[in-house]
Amino acid sequence: MSFWFWHGLRRGIQSTGYPRRAEAAPGVSPGRPVNTDFTSADEAQSAAAICPVDAIIAQGRSAFVDQGECVHCQRCRLSIPSPMNWDPGYEWTRLPAEQSECATLPSAFSKSMHIMVVDAGDCGACLHEVKQLNNPLYNMHRLGFFFTATPRTADLLLIVGPVSENMRGPLLKTWEAMPTTRRVMAVGSCAITGGIFGRSFMCAGGAGSVLPVDFEVPGNPPPPLAILHGLLVATGRKSVTQNELVSEGRS
Amino acid sequence: MAAYTSPVEGDGRTGLSDLTAAVGERFGSVLSPMPAGHGYVLTLSLAQPDSLPSLCKFLFWDLGCQFGGMIAEEHASLWQQHYAFLLPGSGWIDVLLSLPIETTTVPSIVAEVNAADWHEREVEDMFGIHFEGHPRLGDFILHDQIWREGIEPMRKTFSATQPASGRQLDLEWEPLLIVGDPGSFAMPVGPVYDGGLGESLHFLLETVGEDVIRALPRLFYNYRAVEKIAEGRCVSDVLLLAERFAATSAFAHSLAFCQAVEKIHSVEVPPRAAIFRVLICELERLRHHAGAIAAICESTALAVSTAHAAIIEEELLRASCVFIGHRYLFGLNVPGGLSRDFGAEECKTLLLSIDKAEKDLRILENRLRYSSSFLDRLEDVGVVKVESARYLNLVGPIGRASAQHCDLRKACPYSGYERYVFDIPCETEGDGYARLRVLFAEATQSVKLIHQAIDALEPGAICVPCEGSYSGAALGWAEAPRGAALHWVSLDEKGLVERYHAITPSFSNWHGFHEAAEDFAFQDFPIILATFGLSATECDR
Repeated sequence: MSFWFWHGLRRGIQSTGYPRRAEAAPGVSPGRPVNTDFTSADEAQSAAAICPVDAIIAQGRSAFVDQGECVHCQRCRLSIPSPMNWDPGYEWTRLPAEQSECATLPSAFSKSMHIMVVDAGDCGACLHEVKQLNNPLYNMHRLGFFFTATPRTADLLLIVGPVSENMRGPLLKTWEAMPTTRRVMAVGSCAITGGIFGRSFMCAGGAGSVLPVDFEVPGNPPPPLAILHGLLVATGRKSVTQNELVSEGRS
Repeated sequence: MAAYTSPVEGDGRTGLSDLTAAVGERFGSVLSPMPAGHGYVLTLSLAQPDSLPSLCKFLFWDLGCQFGGMIAEEHASLWQQHYAFLLPGSGWIDVLLSLPIETTTVPSIVAEVNAADWHEREVEDMFGIHFEGHPRLGDFILHDQIWREGIEPMRKTFSATQPASGRQLDLEWEPLLIVGDPGSFAMPVGPVYDGGLGESLHFLLETVGEDVIRALPRLFYNYRAVEKIAEGRCVSDVLLLAERFAATSAFAHSLAFCQAVEKIHSVEVPPRAAIFRVLICELERLRHHAGAIAAICESTALAVSTAHAAIIEEELLRASCVFIGHRYLFGLNVPGGLSRDFGAEECKTLLLSIDKAEKDLRILENRLRYSSSFLDRLEDVGVVKVESARYLNLVGPIGRASAQHCDLRKACPYSGYERYVFDIPCETEGDGYARLRVLFAEATQSVKLIHQAIDALEPGAICVPCEGSYSGAALGWAEAPRGAALHWVSLDEKGLVERYHAITPSFSNWHGFHEAAEDFAFQDFPIILATFGLSATECDR
C-alpha cells in the first residue's frame, strides 16, 4: 500500500498556475461566440437566424451575443459561411443585468470561502465542471475555497440548473438555512435564464426568478476555470468581465 | 435464470422466425396482422388488453427477450402503448396495444415483467392511465407534497407553458415507509447531500440499527419535462434537448435521437460520419468510465487513486474539447451525420491522448488490484445476483457485472458496429469489484474500437441533410456509457415533433438499485452508490 505514497509524490504538482498566470493548456475552455462586426448586414442576419435560442441579435453589420442565453451549440461557428468571432478565454463572470454594484464578500472571506452547491435540475455538465475544481489540476483548496456539506457553514450558494419545480423547495430551504453574510452565484446559462429548458410548468427559468442572484457565470457548461474565476470575483480577487454588451431593448 | 428456456436447439439462440412461429402458435388468435416498421423488426399488435401480460411473459421469460421499455402515445382517436422487447441478434420487437382514446385502465405487466414497474408508474403519473394489478402507483414524477392529484401533464390538452397551477405545498405529507418493526427508523439522504455535489435525489434508508433494510430512491427532482416541452418544436430544437438533458452521456443520447429522425427520413448516414460516430461514442464511454472509476476511488477515500483517475478524466475532457470544440461533445451530432469533419492531424492528436489515458488507466488498475483496504470495501459488497439482474432487466456495465451480456452494439448493431472486433466484458459475481472490473475492461475495449475506427476512415461526405417535412415515427437506440438508451420520435406532417420519449439506462437501473443496497451496512451505502455510477438527471429527463 505504500506505493500510493510514492505514486503521489512522483507525479509532482499538477495544479494550474491560474490565477497567478493564465492557463494555456489546450482544451481547458471551449470558448464562446462574442460580439462580431461583419462586412455586411446579411452576414449578421444569418448569424442571428442560425441561433436556436435567439442569443444573437443583429444590428446593422454587427451581431451581439447575450451570453446568458447562449447554449454553446456552435452553430454560429460551424454552420454558416461567415462565423462569429470566438473568444478562447474563460474569465466570463458577470453581474445580473439589474445590478450595477459588484456584491463582493467582505475581505474576511477572501482567503476562506465555503461553498454550498445545489443541483436544481442540472443536466450534469455544470455540476461535473464544479466537481472538477476539487481535482489536482484545479485544486481550489489552494485558493481557500471549500465545498461544505451543510448550509449552516456556507458563505456562497452555487446554483446549477434552471430550477425545476421539484427542486424549488429544497433550494429555498438551503438558502434560508445559510447564515448572513451570504452570496448567490448562478452557474451556467440554465441557472441564469433557464437555457434550453426555458420557462415552463416544470422550470422556473433560472435561479434569478427564485432567489436574489449576485454573480452569474455564463456557459453551457462554463469550464472549471470560468467557475474558478467566478469564485475569485465573489471574494474580490478578480474583477467582473466588462465587455458584456447587450443590444438595446434586451436586458 | 431458472425460467430461461429456449424453444430451439443448436446455438441456443432464438431466431426471429422461430420467435414468430412460437408466438403465432400460442397467440395467433388474438394478434392482428401489422407490418413491422418504425425501427422494429416485428410488430405484435393487440386490440384487446387481456392477453398482454401473458404475451409479455412469454417473450421475456420463455423466449429470452430483453425488455427495452414502454412508450405510451396519445393519438386523436387512439391510445397506444408500445412495449419494446429486444431479441438479441435480431432486433426490436414491438408489442403494440391499441385501445380507444377513452381508455382509462390497462392491465399491468409488473407481475410478469418486473422491469416494466417504473414505466407504468410514469404513464400513470403523466397520462392518468390506471394499471390494474400494479402494487404501487402515484407519487412518482409529480411529487405528492407539491402536485395535487389529477394533473396529467403529458396529455395533449395540457399546455407546457402554463404557470404551475397544480402546485400546492402539502405540509402534512409524509413519505411511505415499508419497515414497520418496533424500533425501526428511516435515515433521510438528500435531495441536497454530499455538499450538494451529488445529483439531486432522495433516499429513505430504513433500518433497525446497523443494516439498511430498505433503500428505495425517490427521483425526479431534476424533472424538466423535456418530453413535454419538445412537443410542437422542430427537430433541430429538440436535438438540443436530447443532447442536454444528460450531459455526461450527451453524445449517445443525441445519436439515438438522430438515428430515429434518420429512420423517419429514410436517410443513410455516409460511412465516414458513421465511423466518426463510433469513435466519439467510444471516446465518451472512455471518459465516462474514467469518471466512474474516480467516483468509486473517492467513495473509499483512497485519495491518491482518486486524484489519478480524476486527472485522466479531465485530460479526456480536454482532448474532447481540442478535437470537437466542446468538453461534453455538444453540437456535433446532426440528423444525417455530423456538423463538421476532422483532419488526419486532429485524429492523430486525439489518439495520443487516448493512448496516454489507457496507459494511465492500466497503471491505476494494477495498483488498485493490490490495495487490500480498497478491495475490502468493494468485494462482496452491493451484490446483485445473476437471477435478480435478469428479472430486474439491468442494463449496461451494471448488468454485465451480473452476467447480463446484452449490449446494443452487439445485440442490435447501429452505426456500423457490426464491422468492428471487440468483446463485451462480463463478470458473474455482481459485487462492487465486479462492476469496477467491467468498467476497466470496457475502457480497454473502447480504446481498441477507437483505433479500429481511425484505421477504417475513408474520405467522403460527413453529412447528408435531412430536409423537408416527413411525418412518421421511429425508434432510435444507442449503447450509452451506462447502458441501453432508446429514443422514440414521432413527427407530424409539418415535420414537428409530436411525441418524444427517451428511455435511459439510469431509469432502468435505478429501478434495481435497491437490490444492491439492501442488507448492507450504512457505511457501505456511498460505495454501492458509486459502483452503480448512475445519473439522476439522466433518469429524470
